Amino acid sequence: MSFEYAPAPESRAVVSIKPKYGHFIGGKFVAGSKHFPTINPATEEVLSQIALAGKAEVDAAVKAARKAYTSTWSKMSGKERGKYLYRIARIMQERAREFAVLETLDNGKPIRESRDTDIPLAAAHFFYHAGWADKLEYAGLGTSPKPLGVAGQIIPWNFPLLMLAWKVAPALATGNTVVLKPAESTSLTALLFAEVCQQAELPAGVVNIVTGDGSTGALIVNHPGIDKIAFTGSTEVGKIIARAVAPTKKSVTLELGGKAANIVFDDAPIDETVEGIINGIFFNQGHVCCAGSRLLLQENVAEEVLHKLKNRMEKFRVGDPMDKNTDVGAINSKEQLAKITELVAAGDAEGAERWSPACELPGKGFWFAPTIFTGVTQAHRIAREEIFGPVLSVLTFRTPQEAIEKANNTPFGLSAGIWSEKGSRTLWASQQLRAGVIWANTFNKFDPTSPFGGYKESGWGREGGRHGLSAYLKGVSHE
Amino acid sequence: MSNRIDVKKTYKLYINGAFPRTESGRTYEVKSAKGTFIANPCLASRKDLREAVVAARAAHSGWNKATAYNRGQILYRIAEMLEGRRAQFVNEIVSVTGVTKVKAEKEVTNSVDRLVWYAGWTDKIASLSGSTNPVAGPFYNFTIPESMGVVAAIAPETPSLLGFVDVVAPIIASGNTVVVLASTKAPLSAMTFAEVLATSDLPHGVINILTGKKDEIAPWMASHMDIDALDISGLPAKLHSEVKVAGAENLKRIHAFKSADPGRIIAFMEAKTVWHPIGL
Repeated sequence: MSFEYAPAPESRAVVSIKPKYGHFIGGKFVAGSKHFPTINPATEEVLSQIALAGKAEVDAAVKAARKAYTSTWSKMSGKERGKYLYRIARIMQERAREFAVLETLDNGKPIRESRDTDIPLAAAHFFYHAGWADKLEYAGLGTSPKPLGVAGQIIPWNFPLLMLAWKVAPALATGNTVVLKPAESTSLTALLFAEVCQQAELPAGVVNIVTGDGSTGALIVNHPGIDKIAFTGSTEVGKIIARAVAPTKKSVTLELGGKAANIVFDDAPIDETVEGIINGIFFNQGHVCCAGSRLLLQENVAEEVLHKLKNRMEKFRVGDPMDKNTDVGAINSKEQLAKITELVAAGDAEGAERWSPACELPGKGFWFAPTIFTGVTQAHRIAREEIFGPVLSVLTFRTPQEAIEKANNTPFGLSAGIWSEKGSRTLWASQQLRAGVIWANTFNKFDPTSPFGGYKESGWGREGGRHGLSAYLKGVSHE
Repeated sequence: MSNRIDVKKTYKLYINGAFPRTESGRTYEVKSAKGTFIANPCLASRKDLREAVVAARAAHSGWNKATAYNRGQILYRIAEMLEGRRAQFVNEIVSVTGVTKVKAEKEVTNSVDRLVWYAGWTDKIASLSGSTNPVAGPFYNFTIPESMGVVAAIAPETPSLLGFVDVVAPIIASGNTVVVLASTKAPLSAMTFAEVLATSDLPHGVINILTGKKDEIAPWMASHMDIDALDISGLPAKLHSEVKVAGAENLKRIHAFKSADPGRIIAFMEAKTVWHPIGL
């Protein structure tokens, strides 16, 4: 006798998607000139037409942000600024279900994740930073902290609303105004956020949202009216931005790629570790810059861990993101699916051994079965390059020193995981690992109070916590 | 008395605790403020830089692992050694820059005091820039700052000793190792400072000193893939853009400073956040 889950679809009645959107500039929605479709990656259904901002729209947004900065926002007391942020946090909580459904439709991630992680954390980020607005002089970042001015913010498609919150909340709390561009394939929750700004009666121009593709992003990066660039995305684009702003006075923070090692020592609690490995790489289809994409297993437990990992993966439910029981949803775009497929083919060609559970993938939309590669060496592309998909590369080690050496053998340094019951070993490993976020006996945990950001080519600066404020204040080095 | 011929010093580089000449065989002339010949310091080459980076990288693990207390003691020891050799530094500063003896003495005094100030920071900076973070869940979560690795630095032209100390001390205070290019016109203070370092229990390779041309060496520093960060306080503004573009290749952290500040230490540290569950 077998127990099957009955479908448990979330209703999409809670959202109303307009057939066409414009930009949000100076507190109003203004019509776009050119448009491109945004689709549901799980079905390829066209959800809406998104405006493509060109020079005129970006200029207008920067102008509106500057005006709001000069005339309103920089003059307002921190106490009052904070109240707007509290309002935004509350409205996001009130409309959380609407945001969650819209996020899942536009992004392809399981509704369970958008409902339980993305949206609550986004609201929490506004709530947390609201409280900073009138306490900045106590943050240890100078006795008279001053905002930078107009911030240009470019965010990715993997956590659309959450990344917006990570960018907008600290910028506003510290007294900056923003021009934000959501990712090309996931603009809808940012546009819904614009409505939240209206409901919160946020002064016009404090938040401006222009939609578009990389060309719009480049216009923001190179705009002379912008004082600060905050970018989350690939290391490749991060370097282009770093070069572009080098001759200017713009300050920059970058949250870029990763290839995190997730190290399992032989004294780890195996069952919990297996759950942690799963969460580390299959959370959000592996579209996570800090994903635990390189599993390092101590040789004497490798077989047992792999056996249990495969058993667990056999029980995955891959499919309809709107189903509340779904574990792994859709790949965000055709382009990303092509990238994953290409790197997986490289894994095959370079001699690693591929395994996926038997799972039926939907006929329409973009899908990739959860995959693990064993027999991976450090030279393999799948051990070096960020796949940004549900693909885990498994390597082994004998001694703790070897584990650290392998873990640090990467130009990235965003995150790492450690699994061990021995406190001294865990702390030793956390000291040795060259990464900005270390998860010990847990993985992929986020919180507004907890600074997030990378070493080396994983970026510049931190987001969240006291440290994250420095990214938006004058004369403070990026902590 | 007056017949005695001076024994003049050969100014060389300081790499991995030794005093090698530049492998390139190149030198340049340093003259006194009055125009008389003083020395032929090394015009360091790209290969000298690479050697220095190798030494700095090798030294990082040990220096980073040293306790903050120990690093503070060694920085204090450097101050002690400098104090004992005040006269030599005063004479060199006067002869090269032409400033009054009083002004030179003040610079040396400030340099000693600055080293003492940074020595005291080593075991306090983490309390300032670290934090425990009250996350919404059953986790213990803390952020600690730690050194970045190998930092390259361009010391300002003047003041040649104090400027040098202000660049180097905050970089090594946190556990970084450094490759620093001294003042081009007044490199004597930095090279004599190497002798202070050599007698201060500072592990070999923690501070490596080059002399030469800024427009030549700074771009090599910027494009070197095993340098983690760059202090361009002493680099002319017209070269900043070029260096930042080259440094983007491995996303070096690049900063310039105008004054002594704990922010100089923090700027060359990475914040590391560690999560651990709490439970029975």
